[in-house]
Amino acid sequence: MNSGNHSHRLEVAGLSVAYANGHLALHGASFHLAGGAICALVGVNGSGKSTLFRSIMGFVTPQSGSVTIDGMPVRAALKRNLVAYVPQAEEVDWQFPVSVWDVAMMGRYGAMNFMRIPRAVDKVKVEESLRRVSMWEFKDRQIGELSGGQKKRVFLARALAQGGRIILLDEPFTGVDVKTEEAIIVLLRELRAAGCIILVSTHNLGSVPEFCDQVVLINRTVLAYGPTADVFTEQNLAAAFGGVLRQFQFDQSTIQNHDGRAVRILTDDERPLIFGKDGHLEYKDREEHEELLRQRSEEHD
Amino acid sequence: MTEMIHDLLMPFQYDYMWRAIWVSALVGGSCGFLSSFVTLKGWSLMGDALSHAVVPGVAVAYILGLPFALGAFIAGLLSAGTMAFIKAKSRIREDATIGIVFTAYFALGLLLISLFPARVDLKTILLGNVLGISDQDIWQVIWISGTTLVILGFKWRDLMLFCFDANQARTLGLRAGLLHVTLLGLLAATAVAALQAVGACLVVAMLITPGATAYLLTDRFGTMIWLASGMGIATSLVGAYASYYFDGATGACIVTLQTLMFLVAFYFAPKHGVLASKRRVRLSPLPP
Repeated sequence: MNSGNHSHRLEVAGLSVAYANGHLALHGASFHLAGGAICALVGVNGSGKSTLFRSIMGFVTPQSGSVTIDGMPVRAALKRNLVAYVPQAEEVDWQFPVSVWDVAMMGRYGAMNFMRIPRAVDKVKVEESLRRVSMWEFKDRQIGELSGGQKKRVFLARALAQGGRIILLDEPFTGVDVKTEEAIIVLLRELRAAGCIILVSTHNLGSVPEFCDQVVLINRTVLAYGPTADVFTEQNLAAAFGGVLRQFQFDQSTIQNHDGRAVRILTDDERPLIFGKDGHLEYKDREEHEELLRQRSEEHD
Repeated sequence: MTEMIHDLLMPFQYDYMWRAIWVSALVGGSCGFLSSFVTLKGWSLMGDALSHAVVPGVAVAYILGLPFALGAFIAGLLSAGTMAFIKAKSRIREDATIGIVFTAYFALGLLLISLFPARVDLKTILLGNVLGISDQDIWQVIWISGTTLVILGFKWRDLMLFCFDANQARTLGLRAGLLHVTLLGLLAATAVAALQAVGACLVVAMLITPGATAYLLTDRFGTMIWLASGMGIATSLVGAYASYYFDGATGACIVTLQTLMFLVAFYFAPKHGVLASKRRVRLSPLPP
């Protein structure tokens, strides 16, 4: 197993992937990452994010181009258990009769013998991993009996137990409470410090600058990649999302100067809820709001 | 009293009864083991399809005097290929495809049997005839069930991972495609072996019911395998024995017993049974 000391490398060069129905999912996508890094993979639905993931995991054969991990082709990297994957919650059968311990142990299969009988070292690794995500006391629970955040942590523990150095996370914060989200981010930072490359596919744009140091913007190809500050610009995001992204401008809003222009914004990635000073509601469009108030008062009269 | 004991021990006086009992138990055990995977993978309909689709192969094998397992195996492969072909080339949904293909094969089998009534017995194929099983057929059943049990015994953890999370299996460098084919092959082979014990119509029960029952009783896959295999063996032993008194309807006896066990689990399972969930609802604190 590779230790964290030497720097890992993920290189995607001129990758084109077409599916059997002729649909070209990715075309000439290129970027590279060196560990440790936390990199956000950002793009609209259907932009090829999952195809890129599937290519890095070796599930699809590229039409042209290549993916190399530490200079090796994907198959060789998989044999060394270098790539770990944390699936989306929807992809998992939560009624499957396996416990938290069983799932974490599945991360060790690649390192086990032909019959996959756990050795002492496997049990130690699994215990370590479960303790690290604070799931040890739940080890005998059936996975369906966990909260959203706990479920996510179990699969993170599996990636830890595997010892993966390239870790792929698909929407890690969906259905996860804020506390778990923070705990996951702390863990990802530790992994980065240990030299891992963490690739996070996410729709949660607001969280990207908070914990990702690299960004790959994707729309059927790689539009831009590099440090978050350079890549995560309004211009680049407009190119990646076209007109799809919701925009909120507040020049016309009800926010007044006497509020000191200080507002609190609550959002679940849909429309934001905006509170002004003292917690009163603010509206995006002042004239529209006043018109509405006028109409209402007329109806009452 | 002694008369009753005498009556109850009656079946054991016959060689053919002993053979029927342990052949059924072997088949029941391997079907039970496999049923844990079939129910969790969602392949129940596939099992039903394969067990019917092998019938023309069995008929042709008997007509030509070849081993029945060979004919069944070829017919099974052909039917799986036909399903894959239709699925790839048309917009018809998978369940409809499976329905069309297995009934087509089954009908073809029935036609063949009716054309050569002297060579093959319709009732044997549809309902099984383990009480009258030939030595040659016994060897095939032993061979198939034995191989199945060995493969499952060594590789059940890989197959479990494949059923639970095929993507994880792939990222660990396991060959998911090979595991898929292995499981499908074992399903077809076991369906063929079970054909001898319970007949084409009831094979699918042996491949689903023990697994479904065990699933209601446990939350651990390892335990589920033991429970399913144990139930498969126990119901087959008792069913084959009881069939002595039911005019040889071995398949019906075994499957009825399995259904009874399922019903017991369905209502009384400690955690996932109907009564347990009712109790949970009743005990859950009501908001004031």
